[in-house]
Amino acid sequence: MPTSTIYTLIKQLLTKKATNPFPVKYTPNNMHAAASLIESGDLTINPPVELPPDFRGKLSYDVDACIGCQLCLKVCPAEALVFKSEERKVKHYVSRCTFCAQCANICPKDCFEMTEEFLIAGLDKYSDDMILNP
Amino acid sequence: MSDKDTTYQVPIGPIHPALKEPFMINFRLDGETIVDAEAHPGMNHRGIEFMGMHRNPLKVIPLSERICGICSIVHQHMFTTAVEHAAGIEPTNRARYIRTIMAELERIHSHVLWAGVAAHEIGFDTHLHFTWKVREKVMDLLEYIAGNRVNYSMWTIGGVRRDITEKMYPKVNETLDYYESLYKKLEEIFLGDPSIRLRTKDIGILTEEEALRLCGVGPTVRASGVKKDVRIDQPYAAYGDLDLDYVIPSRYGYENTGDVFSKTLVRLKELVQSIDLIRQCVDQMPEGDIDSEPKKAVLLNKLKKADGEGIGRIEAPRGEAFHYARLKEGQEELDCWKIRASTYNNLTTYAPMFMGEQIADIPIIAACIDPCIGCMDRAEIVEINSGERYSYTHEELHVLSVEKTKKILEGSL
Repeated sequence: MPTSTIYTLIKQLLTKKATNPFPVKYTPNNMHAAASLIESGDLTINPPVELPPDFRGKLSYDVDACIGCQLCLKVCPAEALVFKSEERKVKHYVSRCTFCAQCANICPKDCFEMTEEFLIAGLDKYSDDMILNP
Repeated sequence: MSDKDTTYQVPIGPIHPALKEPFMINFRLDGETIVDAEAHPGMNHRGIEFMGMHRNPLKVIPLSERICGICSIVHQHMFTTAVEHAAGIEPTNRARYIRTIMAELERIHSHVLWAGVAAHEIGFDTHLHFTWKVREKVMDLLEYIAGNRVNYSMWTIGGVRRDITEKMYPKVNETLDYYESLYKKLEEIFLGDPSIRLRTKDIGILTEEEALRLCGVGPTVRASGVKKDVRIDQPYAAYGDLDLDYVIPSRYGYENTGDVFSKTLVRLKELVQSIDLIRQCVDQMPEGDIDSEPKKAVLLNKLKKADGEGIGRIEAPRGEAFHYARLKEGQEELDCWKIRASTYNNLTTYAPMFMGEQIADIPIIAACIDPCIGCMDRAEIVEINSGERYSYTHEELHVLSVEKTKKILEGSL
């Protein structure tokens, strides 16, 4: 039916898109150039979709509260946590983390918390912001 | 010329546009007609069971989710049930209901996804985009409940890690209403459209006798009229308290033909059933704890002391699947872990379904059992010294088995 097709097409033009264009509405050919444009403020980022409640993002680690009981190492499925024996604290590799939050559940001192940060891609997985308590 | 064999062989896979996953089928063709089909699995072995046997059960839960990209709930559900069975831990009542809700939400998502794949295989890409767009709604709900879109990390041994509170009910109801209103349109597209009917009706027929003989599972055999559903036959989680019946085509006034059309019908009707089951769960949700052992360090100790074996049988969206786990006293790691996914059973049903069909029907018949090779490929033999990889055929295994009996009888083993 041509009439119903035309009606659907017009409706689709006016309705909000199901996908959220992120980080910018029209993806440029050169992402690096776009990143520098964003830094200088010439390009604004399209906001990401709203996060669900209790979203599991990048881990935060409270070094001072940690007592070095090593329970978190027992439940980390990706072995993203490494024990530093001289310091009696743990080191967390963000690039290995699977964001399951089992360490946050088992910790008796609640030193781990899942933050809402999810833009954590980087070029160097051993850089300082990709390792907690390096 | 006439006494010569005029058939020829066409291998499809492991990499082929008709198949989404690495898997191989060898076809023998006479002109355009398929006279023989032979499935060759074993291209996607990742050694997950072996990895699991070097970790403690709590570490294996996130690993088991990653067996399959679609049934991540199914695999964690089976694994935790198996370990609970082995260690004698009971999940709490409320956890059973939350598990049921999540499992049914995943069934909705899996069946809608399958409908899109099936439409794509017969050339209706608009339907693929439509179904995958509407699937986002249930993915959003799963993300809202579990905090993640695909790997939910929701299960733990003895319960679940996140609660479905009353605050979440409006969103759950809204999504269910959405799918209820959408069902009419899906039915119109997949059951009413004449061109889809032409491509699916009387194609890939699996008779009831063949379905029973080949031990197929799930919607694949329910479409042939076989009453087989673990949720009713051996209720787990909260299914024992719920009101549900086998979804077979004759219940809705159709014939139990077992063709692609009835498989589509069964999957669409299961969508409605899932909506109904979630509504029942939300209504009957009991109060109480969601986890029988919130102190995970205590749980780890308990699991270390446990000794025994257990199985977890689940009706996955694709059919029955199970996990087997064995725990040994004094050992933190699993002693044994075995996975049998539903596609493994359903692969055998390929042979009668392909017989007599045309080459152009291969993609839709291959897709109609909703194959998941990532779940299925579990065994491969690797010679550690030479690095050689192979798998045994049935005949070779039979010869080995006979030889072993002989050796035992002779007393050399």
